[in-house]
Amino acid sequence: MPVEVKVDQDVRKIVRTLVEEKGPEKAELIPILHEINSELGYISDEAIKELSERMNIPSSHIYSVATFYRMLSTEPRGRHVIQFCESAPCHVAGGRLVWEKLQRELGLSKGETSEDEKWSLITTSCLGVCGVGPVLVVDNNIYGNVTPEQVPGILSNYE
Amino acid sequence: MAYFRSHILVSVDPICVEKGAYDLIDAFQDELVKQGLVDEVQVLETSRIGDPHSEGPDLMVYPEAVHYANLSVTDVPFLVEEHFVKGRVAEKFMREIEEVVDEELSAPQAKEVRIVLKNIGDIDPLNIEEYIARDGYLALGQVLLEMSPEETIQEVIDSGLRGRGGAGFPTGLKWRFIRAAEGDQKFMICNADEGDPGAFANRRVLEGDPHSVIEGMIIAAYAAGASQGYIYCRAEYPIAVQTMKTAIEQARNFGLLGENILGSEFSFDLEVRMGAGAFVCGEETALMASIEGKRGEPRPRPPFPAQKGLWDEPSNINNVETFSNIPQIILNGAEWFASLGYEKSTGTKTFSMAGDVKNTGLIEVPFGISLREIIFDVGGGIKDDKKFKAIQTGGPMGGCLPESYLDLPMDYEALDKAGSILGSGGLVAMDEGTCMVDIARFFMEFTQEESCGKCTPCRIGTRRILELLTRICDGKGKPEDIGTLRMLCDQINENSLCGLGKGAPNPVKSTLEHFLDEYEAHIYEKRCPAKVCKALIRFEILDGLCTGCTLCARNCPVDAISGERRQLHVIDPDICIQCGICEQICPYDAIEIK
Amino acid sequence: MSTIKSLDDLKKIREQALQKQQLKETSGKKEVIVGMGTVGIAAGARETLKAILDMIESENLEDIIVRQTGNIGLDSFEPIVQVVLPGEEKVTYGKVTPEMARRIVQEHVVDGKVVTEYRIES
Repeated sequence: MPVEVKVDQDVRKIVRTLVEEKGPEKAELIPILHEINSELGYISDEAIKELSERMNIPSSHIYSVATFYRMLSTEPRGRHVIQFCESAPCHVAGGRLVWEKLQRELGLSKGETSEDEKWSLITTSCLGVCGVGPVLVVDNNIYGNVTPEQVPGILSNYE
Repeated sequence: MAYFRSHILVSVDPICVEKGAYDLIDAFQDELVKQGLVDEVQVLETSRIGDPHSEGPDLMVYPEAVHYANLSVTDVPFLVEEHFVKGRVAEKFMREIEEVVDEELSAPQAKEVRIVLKNIGDIDPLNIEEYIARDGYLALGQVLLEMSPEETIQEVIDSGLRGRGGAGFPTGLKWRFIRAAEGDQKFMICNADEGDPGAFANRRVLEGDPHSVIEGMIIAAYAAGASQGYIYCRAEYPIAVQTMKTAIEQARNFGLLGENILGSEFSFDLEVRMGAGAFVCGEETALMASIEGKRGEPRPRPPFPAQKGLWDEPSNINNVETFSNIPQIILNGAEWFASLGYEKSTGTKTFSMAGDVKNTGLIEVPFGISLREIIFDVGGGIKDDKKFKAIQTGGPMGGCLPESYLDLPMDYEALDKAGSILGSGGLVAMDEGTCMVDIARFFMEFTQEESCGKCTPCRIGTRRILELLTRICDGKGKPEDIGTLRMLCDQINENSLCGLGKGAPNPVKSTLEHFLDEYEAHIYEKRCPAKVCKALIRFEILDGLCTGCTLCARNCPVDAISGERRQLHVIDPDICIQCGICEQICPYDAIEIK
Repeated sequence: MSTIKSLDDLKKIREQALQKQQLKETSGKKEVIVGMGTVGIAAGARETLKAILDMIESENLEDIIVRQTGNIGLDSFEPIVQVVLPGEEKVTYGKVTPEMARRIVQEHVVDGKVVTEYRIES
């Protein structure tokens, strides 16, 4: 995950390679979408079109699957994706103040991407580390016992 | 990295920074260079050391663990000289050492009985030999070589083991159904889509003892006659996914998965499938749709998965914890397992403790233990010595129970009767500072978002409830709202397609039952008794306690606080957004929520 | 790695694994075990582990085995470090920061004195 913008040709190549690797069976659709999502940062129209041809699955089906799951995105995302756990244990442990601080610090609301395409701020369901809540994840790094004061420091780790 | 004989840890919490912590760090650095100690003594930043009323800036010197405070930049040469050159404590600046580790650090685990968590923390999960050294895969050997599938099923039935995913259906019976079903191929599926916020037992088992799950699944597959298995794990658990993949690979290399396992006629293989972030996929029919590469939407039952499951073939789904119990049941016998627990709930259950309890984490206790024992004896009570208010059991489909229910023996039936559920064993403790209407709204927000949208009662009904609760929290509730909420709860519960919809009203129903007075205070008095709902509270600075330190004014994100240095400060209620930052950082507790 | 083709094979591997463990116990090596499940990592276990490894390397400490394990269930005490000295009971430390870890390695692992104030009683 920092992600570079890929031209259509590259996108098609990535999709082709993935389908060759995993096979064109429908059961592989979600694993392939995961890979595309992490390589491109999101699942573009071009990727859906190519996938539909390669797997012989209607693009409407692919789109319906890609939009159903929270971790797959059909919109471009920022270079760094911040996931904030919005579950009850984190909420009870003071997550609300951290969430508000995050939004203020970034100037973003839930689901938004910053204009400079640096940040996307999304919420996630429970990450199962409730014992050290509030919890947030930046790209693949997980931070526990987060306080509002720590937020700027955590964000400053990312270019 | 150089080796330092000493470390100076300077607190950089807001108060110490305020009092010049960073200048102090620079001064230490300069002085250490000057005295030629820069390779021996390291200066580090740390979080708060002293209590909030300390005169600051605070610092600790390790390894001696001496706490100094109230230093200015000009004191630094003296301190370095005394402490690091002459090796004596500079008593002038020394403070009584606060116990670094408080009495919290005692975890009474006497009430725990570990079956599922037996190996966790002791074995290296990525080394199959360590599992084998602890009798791992012996149960599998016993089953494959000495027991028939029917005998295996009978053993599990006799043990009384019930599904640990929450529904509590007898596991052995489920296996008997799939064994009896006809189909070309049968599937054994492990539900590792632990989506309940506040439940993390499965993740711990997957990450800490993956082979116990694999062994349980192979035994189940043998009993059921399944040849292929899937572990459906949520994508939010990347470490668990990776651990399971490695463990499966190891088991395959050892010949414990694949053709003719342990020289028997039985063949079985296993694959990990990853979810993509949809809570509803924990529901078994939705989970199977997701493995097939579709939207994870549930479908009506019957037909049950045992007849028509994955790709319309007979399939069986059990939870991670259920599988993890199996090897121990085989090794120690059904009778041993049935001797643990309470009435119709045999064995142990893991509970994930989170929220306002002192010792958060995962415990495993026999059924029948009371919530009070769990919260106060095992969990160490409520944090910061606050008062207990409620406990939410069973995740977002569970209910919130008040103090009067704490002596209830925990089992599937008792919690059901109390209007909550055991679910996957999530326990979220809440202290007196929790607003129950806000909590109900919070859970409804979750189910509303996670509703897959297939059936109307759940899709629309949860949205209507959420709107009502939001209105009440905003101080715009109407007297008739309580009746409407009750009606919606019943409708959604009766008419929804799957467990998500059926359980969604539970948090609202239970809080309406046990904390009606809070709803009424919000609606009739426009007051939030727990002082949580923003529209119903305001912040005030108390004369007499405020010293005019200006800390709050400088940290207010909307500049709502005004006042001269050393003068009483004032919050403008029209500008204030009730973010609570001032109340949190005030070193003199001079800010009150009204 | 050999394929297990019978119950006897399995028992043989079990014996071998047990022997390996015993060998480890009698080898005089000291063990430092860090909880590296997700909770541990979220609470800062990576930095703690790194501090331990760095210290062992920079001080050229010998006969110390550093291992990882899952989360033992005491989330509020993460990061958790356990120390096993030959012939002694396992000692569990809680909320171990890198600074504390360095002290534990120095005082307990090297000098053999338990750092009592960091210890979790069980």
